[in-house]
Amino acid sequence: MKLTGSQIFIESLKKEDVEYIFGIPGGAIIDLHDELYKQNDIQFILTRHEQAAVHMADGYARVTGKPGIALLTSGPGATNGITGIATAYMDSIPIIVFTGQVPTPLIGNDAFQEADIVGMTRSCTKYNFLVKDVKDLAYTIKKAFYIATTGRPGPVLIDFPKDIQVAKTDFSYPETIHLRGYNPTYHGNLKQIKKVAKAIASAKKPLLYVGGGTILSGAHKEVQKLAKKLKIPVFTTLMGIGAYPEDDDLSLGMAGMHGTYRANMAIQYCDLLISIGARFDDRITGKVSEFAPNAKVAHIDIDPTSISKNIHVDYPLVGDAKLVLKEMLSVLDEYNKIDWGEVRKPWLKQIDKWKNEHKLAYNTDEEKILPQYVIEKLYEITKDDDAVITTEVGQHQMWVAQFYTFKKPNRFLTSGGLGTMGYGFPAGIGAQFAHKNKPVYVFAGDGSFQMNEQELATLVAYDKPVKVIILNNGFLGMVRQWQDLFYGKRYAATNIEVQPSFVKLAESYGIKAKRITKKSEVEDALFEMKNYKGPYILDAVIVREENVYPMVPAGAPISNMLLT
Amino acid sequence: MKRIFSVTVENESGVLSRVANLFSARGYNIESLNVAPINEANLSRMTIVTEGDEAILEQIGKQLNKLIDTIKVTEYGDVPYVEREMALIKMHTDLGTRAEVLRIVDIFRGKIVDVSQDSYTIEMTGDSNKIDAILNLLEPLGIKELARTGKVAMIRENKK
Ligand SMILES: Cc1ncc(C[n+]2csc(CCOP(=O)(O)OP(=O)(O)O)c2C)c(N)n1
Repeated sequence: MKLTGSQIFIESLKKEDVEYIFGIPGGAIIDLHDELYKQNDIQFILTRHEQAAVHMADGYARVTGKPGIALLTSGPGATNGITGIATAYMDSIPIIVFTGQVPTPLIGNDAFQEADIVGMTRSCTKYNFLVKDVKDLAYTIKKAFYIATTGRPGPVLIDFPKDIQVAKTDFSYPETIHLRGYNPTYHGNLKQIKKVAKAIASAKKPLLYVGGGTILSGAHKEVQKLAKKLKIPVFTTLMGIGAYPEDDDLSLGMAGMHGTYRANMAIQYCDLLISIGARFDDRITGKVSEFAPNAKVAHIDIDPTSISKNIHVDYPLVGDAKLVLKEMLSVLDEYNKIDWGEVRKPWLKQIDKWKNEHKLAYNTDEEKILPQYVIEKLYEITKDDDAVITTEVGQHQMWVAQFYTFKKPNRFLTSGGLGTMGYGFPAGIGAQFAHKNKPVYVFAGDGSFQMNEQELATLVAYDKPVKVIILNNGFLGMVRQWQDLFYGKRYAATNIEVQPSFVKLAESYGIKAKRITKKSEVEDALFEMKNYKGPYILDAVIVREENVYPMVPAGAPISNMLLT
Repeated sequence: MKRIFSVTVENESGVLSRVANLFSARGYNIESLNVAPINEANLSRMTIVTEGDEAILEQIGKQLNKLIDTIKVTEYGDVPYVEREMALIKMHTDLGTRAEVLRIVDIFRGKIVDVSQDSYTIEMTGDSNKIDAILNLLEPLGIKELARTGKVAMIRENKK
């Protein structure tokens, strides 16, 4: 039997176990929507902005590890999605974005709502396609899922012209696929693994540097085994948060520009830095020439282009983190006789000393609300709930990274690479679709929240109990902090006191909300929010000019921390 | 440092733009780029001449390899290889210069492929040095138009 392109789309996505598609319809995708309307296997989630739809697909993907799907119309629908795609690209998140396109005979004619979305997204997708013949459709969809989810994951876009949506052909979904130009290396070279294992075993002051790739690969257990077995201290990047339990003795928390004192100091004094699924971003390295000056560097990554890109690597190891670490652990069995506790004593003693110096702290006597306190309190009351926490971008994002204690991967969702304000709220909604019957909390700045607040409607429409805590300082806080510290307190274009009443705004959608201004109100408000069945917006008015510390000025060595 | 990359790619639409994009997005330079189909179905070969320090050249090689449409990347650095380039050179000629142009073309074993009353079109093949050399000599005689293909290259086979 012959199926239309739209039917093939649906059947193919069913084969890929897709539950939800996020997006907004339009003329160039209306035929496909007509088919979606006739079935119940896949639910279409109607958002209020395409950027938010893509972030929702991204949030869904980060929680489940399965690709998230967005479906947008041509032209403005597609271009609205680009920020979402670029966000997923920078964080290596598997999403597949389908865009309607004008009929093939009109492509290139500047037709109504035509945009060259394939051209525009070439540099922010892992791959993209324009489907020119319905006969290629099923194979193209298969390729898209394959490319998005294998190797170093990333977004893939399929541009789907209107005439192809109604053209018919025989349908069969390919079982397997082979692309001759695309063969990610999963298994590390055994000789190299042995070399790295030896380097680790003979290092005096080894340090694990754990990035988002660890989470993408599902290698957190192996990292934990490696750390515990050889008593190696661990720090994570922003993207790696959750890959190592932050309440563990060996955890140093996050390193980098707003990293902990202990993590940054450990980097500068370690003699072997073992990087796993991280890419030596400038927010971690600070001044590259003075980064980890005493260390040899081992780097495990599935993407060879990440290795030796920013800093020289002594032991490159290309492969999937989980597979490589598994093999490494069995190689390390050779060293089982060594008493690592004893060997590591001096290094761990030094680490302990750093741990007790310049701890993350805030003024506990303050009667107004300090953001760090809200975050710590939320951790206290949610620590056994398996909550997903998302953030927007700015100071609040760094405070959450510092003050919420993450113990599991895929529970902290944040735009690390692109730093997209407007990510956190929709990503939280997408996460809630995946994290069924479990809590999702969004920490938002008042600035970021206003970038996608229209999605309050989506929360109501699908009755999702997402909780939003706005840490409201009436500033574009992170930019203001830079102006405070490095631009003579000239607060150019960062005062955003003019804002809606977030309570009234929420209530106008029928969402419960509350505003608090005193520390003494925080705990009760958080409990009320937690226990409330539906969505809830908590507008917490915080001390306006609180800064995030430590802070390493951009371009300075990471041991140059401003501490207060 | 100059380096020639020869890249075998799927003959998909957009490949050229992906490669060009890789260079422009990362601020690498393309000195010349040549693309044409090869004798295997649906494959093309791109020959790219670029410049950079060792770290940049290493990144370029890795980034080219990473492209999904890339089947194979060969770098011509240390290995012996043959490189050729072709140029079409249209010369202004008059009675005073025609003989001189012919002599130069002859010395370089070029070919005249089109003639008119006041012009010669010359086909010149060779390594880039040779092309540069003939252009140097022809320049003062009045080059009207020039088209160069950019380099193509292949590894030399081991001779036992
Ligand atoms: C889309 C976007 N625009 C601009 C920026 C630059 N930027 C980074 S942080 C920031 C301020 C964020 O303010 P807010 O959301 O209120 O959070 P706060 O820093 O106050 O916690 C801005 C404007 C950005 N990251 N993303």
